[in-house]
Amino acid sequence: MLKARVYVTIKQSVLDPQGVAVQGALHSMGFREVEGLRIGKYMEMQLDTDDRFEAEARVKAMCEKLLANTVVEDYRFELEG
Amino acid sequence: MKFAVLVFPGSNCDIDCYKAVESALGEPVDYVWHTATDLSGYDCILVPGGFSYGDYLRCGAIARFAPVMNEVAKAAEEGKYVLGICNGFQILTEAGLLPGTLRRNDSLKFRCHDTVLRVENNDNPFTSLYAEGEEITIPIAHGEGNYYCDEDTLRQLQENRQIIFRYSSNPNGSVDDIAGITNERGNVVGMMPHPERAVDGLLGSEDGKKMFTSILKAWRDRHESAGVR
Repeated sequence: MLKARVYVTIKQSVLDPQGVAVQGALHSMGFREVEGLRIGKYMEMQLDTDDRFEAEARVKAMCEKLLANTVVEDYRFELEG
Repeated sequence: MKFAVLVFPGSNCDIDCYKAVESALGEPVDYVWHTATDLSGYDCILVPGGFSYGDYLRCGAIARFAPVMNEVAKAAEEGKYVLGICNGFQILTEAGLLPGTLRRNDSLKFRCHDTVLRVENNDNPFTSLYAEGEEITIPIAHGEGNYYCDEDTLRQLQENRQIIFRYSSNPNGSVDDIAGITNERGNVVGMMPHPERAVDGLLGSEDGKKMFTSILKAWRDRHESAGVR
């Protein structure tokens, strides 16, 4: 069994209105040092395989096909186990 | 002319679409479940609004893998008319039948009110009965209608006249005030505003009616000139 952790975030070139709103809230609370806040998604899953090489290709395909919309989102992932 | 209104788990404008075809055109219309694998009997496919699959992951991201979507792609390929409204627009972009995507509204608010749209291109099966530049009142109801595409795609949309409607006052942050676009061929349209909710004065506006009558006219023109009906 492998565990995959997938992170999906809005591309740097695309406005993230939620991130802007949350950053504004932090600023108004006095956390002035905050910059470039982006909100994203975190997904984790178990993979019924021990083949890391294969798992890597499969998770990449999942990201490209479904988990991220690459028009506006970037993704990265980690495999563990 | 036969219309199909697709129904996904979570669609909620399917009845409005059905009624719009029924009342504005009186043409035959069926609800078609998302598991259907044959749309060959239909001339126009309406992909209605709502919250298919609860908008989980991203709006339209899961619906675009429903079995019926392969048939929608086939219908589009065959030159049939496909109209995606609101969540339907989101599904068509996720499916790659239209470019770009719909982001969260820049206000972060769900916007639910009338909007004034400008008909930017009436040389199209969906808008031929409007005047070019005509301003029409059509309601919106969405939290994620903020159209986005990269600059190259935007230039292509502009050059090919694929921007079919623009907001006269941008409610959501869409690039270039885009409210609706077509594919390059012009037979697939996606729009966030709801023409099916504007087909009768009682609903506050009947400015959406001409979209439906335009589609019927385009179909009739095509079939009459081909000599089959």
